[in-house]
Amino acid sequence: MPDLGPLWLTMKLAAVTTVILLLIGTPLAVWLAFTRSRAKPVIEAVTALPLVLPPTVLGFYLLVTLGPASPLGAFWVRVTGESLTFSFSGLVVASVIYSLPFAVQPLQNAFETVGPGPVEAAATLRAGPLDAFFSVLSPLCKRGYLTAAVLAFAHTIGEFGVVLMVGGNIPGETRVISIAIYEHVETLSYREAHVLSLVLLVFCFAVLLVVFAVNRRGGSRVG
Amino acid sequence: MSVNLAPTLSVTTRIGFRNFSLDFSHVFRMTGVTALFGPSGAGKSTLLRILAGLEDGAAGRIEFDGEVWLDSEAGRSVPAHRRGVGYVFQDARLFTHLDVRQNLLFAHRRANDSGNGAEFTEVVEALDLEPLLERETERLSGGERQRVAIGRALLTRPRLLLLDEPLAAMDAARKGEILPYIERLHGEFGIPAIYVSHSVDEVARLADRMVVMTAGRVVASGAAVEILERPDLQDITGHFEAGAIIDATVIHHDCDFRLTRVEFCGQPILMPMVDLPIGDVVRLRIRARDVALATRRPESVSVRNVIEGALTKVIEEKDTAFAEAFVDAGGGLLRARISRKAVADLGLKPGLRVFALVKSVSFDRRALSRKGPATL
Repeated sequence: MPDLGPLWLTMKLAAVTTVILLLIGTPLAVWLAFTRSRAKPVIEAVTALPLVLPPTVLGFYLLVTLGPASPLGAFWVRVTGESLTFSFSGLVVASVIYSLPFAVQPLQNAFETVGPGPVEAAATLRAGPLDAFFSVLSPLCKRGYLTAAVLAFAHTIGEFGVVLMVGGNIPGETRVISIAIYEHVETLSYREAHVLSLVLLVFCFAVLLVVFAVNRRGGSRVG
Repeated sequence: MSVNLAPTLSVTTRIGFRNFSLDFSHVFRMTGVTALFGPSGAGKSTLLRILAGLEDGAAGRIEFDGEVWLDSEAGRSVPAHRRGVGYVFQDARLFTHLDVRQNLLFAHRRANDSGNGAEFTEVVEALDLEPLLERETERLSGGERQRVAIGRALLTRPRLLLLDEPLAAMDAARKGEILPYIERLHGEFGIPAIYVSHSVDEVARLADRMVVMTAGRVVASGAAVEILERPDLQDITGHFEAGAIIDATVIHHDCDFRLTRVEFCGQPILMPMVDLPIGDVVRLRIRARDVALATRRPESVSVRNVIEGALTKVIEEKDTAFAEAFVDAGGGLLRARISRKAVADLGLKPGLRVFALVKSVSFDRRALSRKGPATL
């Protein structure tokens, strides 16, 4: 039986990343959906960069930015006593950036589909902006949130290049499932590679199946 | 500050879009229903959105009952949710994730001060919403949707109700269904309203005053009846046939002859029987071409409605056969379209006592006038 540690670490990383992404992705997506600012295309392009950049390029820049020699990395070391690179925290930062478009785009689509109408109506019914967001906009964008969460989660599970660059291969800290599988193959432990791969395959399929089933039951799809 | 019985809403505002600019200035008296009238694209909805605080780009100054809502020079704009305005959108904008009751409660819970249950019941009853309460919003008809939207707006206890063509998306039958509710609103809840419309029928029926807009500017304003009658505005108000709109009180029903007697300026008018309680005030429309004039009370004519009054004005239309005469029946004005020859033969001039023979009276309440104007 192979070590299942990498599997749990992967789940933990994906879960933490997803929560953070939904939190910072929401205001960003709301802004992108409703702004008339001329800066919108710039921000949209920056948000979409991780979609097209090779993970190694992204990983390289992150390594440089997060490393103890950089201002950010040095600050982190001063505050927490540990390095951002080759640590779980560093992996979270990298994953959040890497998976950003997968959370922001479905949310932005959902907000744009719903449009400003319901929020305006809520404002004329005495609901302030936050109230209107929580009581009207977000419930109307439920499906967008589901899509965003699933895509962000799944995409984080699947990441390899960025992790390798930023996190390396430290058991229990940065050795996620994709790295573990790669190592098993490198050392010709095909049996272990098979088990981990199959677990990942079944899990990902199950998640997507649930999402599509839920979306179908809902009739209309948003996001 | 001048002394005013009713609060006012004074508006001076500008906004520009790529192919449209609005430059609006008017002081609304905040009682009854004021219609904001004009052709599509005149900027009526934009103005309403500015009043509600839904347009970020609006400049100028808006003051409601001494409270500044917008002062772009001071960089001040009260956000929409703090203006205390109820808004009924053209497309209702009910929340689809909530059922009808929850939509209404959404507004009720956020009302200015702690609302009581009685108010909720009152609104539900006034708009006949009881049978709809448990329904999904997507399963409502257009008319039902607007009724819920109006109820929702009322439950916020607005100080001003803004209605943006709430009937625009409906066919004639649906309009007839919902108009009576809107008609009763002001009387029952006493909330001043600004009603956007490009339909003369709706304006004539609902509005006390009206503001006419074209291309983002005010063209005319005043009492709805007077504005609708103004010949110089006919290009905008369209084929609103010259006539008079009068308010009369239901006095008596005659079941044998199927007639209802109403009173106008102390004088009776007979009209085909309508199912309304005695004492109700109805708004009637008498077209100028259905009124003939006599200088003595005529006898042996089939016309039953003869209203006595004084001529106030005679306008002869040059190069035509016609003239328009205005008769003051003791407070209310009638209008008659007669020939210039009649003016000359009868010696009609202001001050003369005349008898107006009214051939036909029609209800301005479309729902009750399906048979059209009735001739007596």
